[in-house]
Amino acid sequence: MTAKLETRLEPDGTLNVELMGRWRTGRKNPSGMDAQQLLSTSGIKRLQFNSRRLDGWDSSLVVYLSALAERCAASGVDVNPAGLPAGARRLLDLSRAVPPKADAVASHNKSSLLARIGELGLQATQSVKDTLDFTGEIALSVMRLIQGKARFRMVDVLEAIQQCGWQALPIVSLISVLVGLILAFMGAVQLSLFGAQIYVANLVGIGMTREMGAVMTGVIMAGRTGAAFAANLGTMQVNEEIDALQTLGVSPMDYLVIPRMAALVLMMPLLCIYADFMGILGGMIVGVGAFDISAIQYLTQTRGSLTITHIGFGVFKSIIFGLIVAMCGCMQGMRCGRSAAAVGDATTSAVVIAIVYIVVADGLFAVLTNIMGI
Amino acid sequence: MTPTAPKQPHITVSDLTMGYGDFILMRDLDFTVFRGDVFAIMGGSGCGKSTLMRTLMGLKAPHTGRVRYGEVDFWSLGETEREGMMQRFGVLYQSGALWSSMTLAENVGLPLDLHTGLGRAEIDEIVRFKLSLVGLSGFEAYYPSEISGGMRKRAGLARAIALDPEVLFFDEPSAGLDPVSAKNLDDLIIEINQSLGATVVIVTHELPSIFAIANNAVYLDTTTRTAGGSGDPKQMLETADNPNVIRFLTRGEETGKSDMKDVGQ
Repeated sequence: MTAKLETRLEPDGTLNVELMGRWRTGRKNPSGMDAQQLLSTSGIKRLQFNSRRLDGWDSSLVVYLSALAERCAASGVDVNPAGLPAGARRLLDLSRAVPPKADAVASHNKSSLLARIGELGLQATQSVKDTLDFTGEIALSVMRLIQGKARFRMVDVLEAIQQCGWQALPIVSLISVLVGLILAFMGAVQLSLFGAQIYVANLVGIGMTREMGAVMTGVIMAGRTGAAFAANLGTMQVNEEIDALQTLGVSPMDYLVIPRMAALVLMMPLLCIYADFMGILGGMIVGVGAFDISAIQYLTQTRGSLTITHIGFGVFKSIIFGLIVAMCGCMQGMRCGRSAAAVGDATTSAVVIAIVYIVVADGLFAVLTNIMGI
Repeated sequence: MTPTAPKQPHITVSDLTMGYGDFILMRDLDFTVFRGDVFAIMGGSGCGKSTLMRTLMGLKAPHTGRVRYGEVDFWSLGETEREGMMQRFGVLYQSGALWSSMTLAENVGLPLDLHTGLGRAEIDEIVRFKLSLVGLSGFEAYYPSEISGGMRKRAGLARAIALDPEVLFFDEPSAGLDPVSAKNLDDLIIEINQSLGATVVIVTHELPSIFAIANNAVYLDTTTRTAGGSGDPKQMLETADNPNVIRFLTRGEETGKSDMKDVGQ
């Protein structure tokens, strides 16, 4: 039998509420809205209950009763809980044992748009300050490294080199070949309008070495290694492993951040050069396969177009990008809060911030080289 | 430590106020930990027990006030000197905080490797000995993820005592352990306290542990944001006039003699 209730108003203003049927969560029960209706009749002074025909109940009954009691209190109606099942009565009392904390609700309410914009501004300044702080800490660490006072394990450096070195080769190969292919197709279709499809070799060669090799490895490493750094250090933060290092009198910057930064900064130029080769290979596949250029011709053309400036500039940028990725990853990890959700946030921001900085830095480089005529 | 010998102050905390930014967690803390004490920092959840311990062991600077080790003002030292002092502390964190990328032997061996000039063979020997003290002989090559929570805590303890520390800090050592393991860990703490002569500072809200092992304590009161009392917990139970202290030490069954007003927590 479904849950329902019957009411009868006595002449002295007592509303008799008879609870009937089975009250189960998930079934169709009377709701708080009905409670409002129940009290809409005028002349109600007190409420009393009768639960003899109640077949069974769970907290859905108590939820209803608590809504009812709240409305009664608001409209000055007395509630006599005597006729309720003993368990329901106790749950009802329990739910009202601790009064709601008034300021807790207020402080969690949404603030106004203006206040939120202000907060965003403050957060932005704070994060700039944090970044500068962290850069300073890294500089101090590097100083200690140069003086030979920094303490870290060589094993950690080698492990990090392995992680961001040859283990990254498959994904770097795939992406670079594809980028080379795409560049070649885009360029060759346009160039063939002038019968100049051989210049696709120049386009791919210069495009890869100067721009795409460095940028793509930067982005890949941000997603792969930067995220790993953040997650790894963040988890260590949550597990108090970083505190444990600090109490040993070991600077976590020296012990955890320097090996990771060193590994990435050492590996990025190598990865970048590798990506350049792979991109040129991708371009060659298109050139040879779809536009009737011979492999020798393509390679000679590429060699003729490349200068040491192009390659060197790409490699230089890749070192900067490596620094950016390692810094973002390590900073987010070291600044991570002490919860599982915080590790997730740290990882996400490590990747996003690194990619944004890479693109911004690349833009700056483009403008600078244009001005300097490199 | 003989009961008749006058006790020497080891850690003296005076007018200590700590917090996060503008938020004041605890103010005006004053207490003394004597050499060889087992000192309990007690209090309800979120009252700042762990923060106080982080301040004592050099991980979090106080807002105002002083922490003195013997005669040395800990927080006015330069970073290098403070780090030097921190090498004489051993810490067991709540989760053990073993470095997950290293084996147990490497975990226990790292402090030795960093702070002593010992060679590989000697370090290995010490590591084996320290692990055997906590009942983990034969687990040298295990990684922290391969052993149980209780074992991880014991391994953490082996790491904490690797350098024979002067002060041992424990952050809720029995949290998450079954009653028997918790009791065993308490016994181990007493054993190490007495045999190494280390002063033990322990953050806990486990009443059985407090009464079994602590001979000195401070109670942090969340309602007043200051110390609710300090001294021997057994004596505190008899002589304290702060109702919150009594309530805490009796699991809320007695509300204290002075007043009965509801104080919330």
